Amino acid sequence: MILLFLSSGLFLGWSLGANDAANVFGTAVATRMVKFRTAAIVTGLFVVVGAVFAGAGTTATLGDLGAVNALGGSFMVALAAALSVMWMTRAGLPVSVSQAIVGAIVGWNLFTGTGTDVPSLVKIVSSWIACPILAAGFAAVLYLAVRALIDRVRIHLLELDALTRYLLIAVGAFGAFALGANNIANVMGVFVPAFPARTFQLFGAVNVSAAQILFLVGGLAIAIGVFTYSERVMQTVGKSLFKLNPVTALVVVLAESLVLFLFASQGLESWLVARGLPPVPLVPVSSSQAVIGAVIGIAVVRGGRGIKFGVLGRVAGGWIATPVIAALVAFLGLFVLQNVFGVTVRRPVAFELTSSAIRRLADQGAWEPEFGLLTGTRFASEREFRAALSRGTGLDASALEAVFSAAAIDSFVIDRLRLAGLDPSVLSPAQIGAVAALLSSSYRHAWELEDALAAGSSEWAPLPDTRANRIANKALESELRYVFDTFRVQPRAP
Amino acid sequence: MKSLFSKTKLLESRIEEYLDHTAEVAMLFREAMKDYLEGREEEFEARRQQVTDLEKRADEIRLEVERQLYQETLIPESRGDVLGILEHTDEVIGAAKETLMLLSVQRPKIPEDFRSDYRELAEYGCRAVHELVMGIRAFFRTASSVRDYVHKVTFWEREADTVGERLKRRIFSSDLELARKLHLGDFVVHVDTLADDAEDVSERLSISAIKRSV
Repeated sequence: MILLFLSSGLFLGWSLGANDAANVFGTAVATRMVKFRTAAIVTGLFVVVGAVFAGAGTTATLGDLGAVNALGGSFMVALAAALSVMWMTRAGLPVSVSQAIVGAIVGWNLFTGTGTDVPSLVKIVSSWIACPILAAGFAAVLYLAVRALIDRVRIHLLELDALTRYLLIAVGAFGAFALGANNIANVMGVFVPAFPARTFQLFGAVNVSAAQILFLVGGLAIAIGVFTYSERVMQTVGKSLFKLNPVTALVVVLAESLVLFLFASQGLESWLVARGLPPVPLVPVSSSQAVIGAVIGIAVVRGGRGIKFGVLGRVAGGWIATPVIAALVAFLGLFVLQNVFGVTVRRPVAFELTSSAIRRLADQGAWEPEFGLLTGTRFASEREFRAALSRGTGLDASALEAVFSAAAIDSFVIDRLRLAGLDPSVLSPAQIGAVAALLSSSYRHAWELEDALAAGSSEWAPLPDTRANRIANKALESELRYVFDTFRVQPRAP
Repeated sequence: MKSLFSKTKLLESRIEEYLDHTAEVAMLFREAMKDYLEGREEEFEARRQQVTDLEKRADEIRLEVERQLYQETLIPESRGDVLGILEHTDEVIGAAKETLMLLSVQRPKIPEDFRSDYRELAEYGCRAVHELVMGIRAFFRTASSVRDYVHKVTFWEREADTVGERLKRRIFSSDLELARKLHLGDFVVHVDTLADDAEDVSERLSISAIKRSV
């Protein structure tokens, strides 16, 4: 049954493999520098590796944008993205899976009345714009360096040819890795929040998270797409893209891979943060647009001839059209799925201003007298609650945020059985100890459990919100989510 | 690392061999001309035979190189240019062989007056081919330096043209009977062909070099 829901994601993965593999090996294969078989095997292998071991960063960003928490919803979101991509491809319009997925997630947010996290959206959109520009910059610099090197070293044409072949494969492997790491979020990202954050033991020794298993499955779908369909696309892309010679192609692929890697690497993020530098946001970006940017970067360095501004214009248009279309399709699709087929597309989150919620708001200084009218009433969805709140109050975004998180109703029970099942590779001994201390307690608000844990051990307490601590706090968030998912029970009827 | 490039190095040395043969043919041609003009029959025929053998050998190498380039789909971008240059160079070797054969068969009687001019013509032809061979070698490594060599080839070709025209005028304004004048005039053209063909190849080389600059 799960596989049925995952099918739309797998289809997305397949089409990613079919289309985007060409960005990595297209020119190499089309210019007969690398055999398709070699390209397919290398791509398939490294895409899976990249997805499984490095796909978590970009997935978290999509989760921030909108956590699609029911499988039915995930299915439709992925399906909406896939359909949009298919239609736009048929219409000959440039399209990016990354942008379609983001649009579809926003569509889900709109349908379920969940607010879209605007800072996340801004981060994502600015990354889309930065992606081809960065690629152009890298490509230009690399091209100049390579040209100078070739002039200086005076390598024989045949040796250069052999060297370029090996490098195309090596860089292709890196590119496939970066593609897997960066784009697996598009394929499986929407499914991750719908699965509980558990870890599994593989072969009794290796610990993998549910997310990683999803990434593996998605990665395999991508690999299958590469083997079954990408050859044709490679031949088309490789030939049409502004007649590149193999060395230039190498530069383009390297630039594109670097950009995708940049936008996916958690390792790089920590490195930058540790040195007080602004980290690169981990956002799924379009490999096609990176390639276009790189090609243009080289064209500019060569004198600016042959830049088709029309193509640029259409790409920019795609940035707007794709997510909008995907959002619409998602909205409609979710409507049909929920109302016609009766499938759950969201796990409902209820809101109630309980006495403890009221006390918390008062402590935070966020209490408004108008709230008094709403106490004791249970609101079945965020939309209802938001509507009730706006009637009569003029709250700003952060104040609303505070009220939502205080009033969100959940249900947790710390029972013995689940306590025993806590995975020591996810939580530290002190953290597990703090959970154990709460045995037999139950909580109606997530923040109550959070506070109780923080009181029990400092390892559960969030660090002050500075740039350096942001990564650690993010890790803490996922650990908290792990605890929530483990101890959540179905809420008793009110 | 060495083994990765060993095949490549082998192919490189094959091409080198081909170019070496071309240069050798040009030098043999010049020496054969000297032998003929000075009446050294045996030496002339011996050199002519050497040229014929080298021409055959060069052809074999060229076909080998062509086969390998296509079979292993090497240098897909430049393959057409490289093979075209090698084939065209083949014509230069062919021209030398042809001229020597015509000399051997037709045995023109060349008056002493004109011998030094013929010698000069052969010398310039040989120099043109020499510069061409260097230019082709340069093409494989530093495309930017090909220009220099192409200039030199053109220079020697013009020198050859100048000598050729001077020689023809001298021949036709002399007292020899018309048949002999025509015969000798023909051979001016034949000997000049070496430089002309070399210049043709160098033009093609020049364009290929421009295409190669990344």
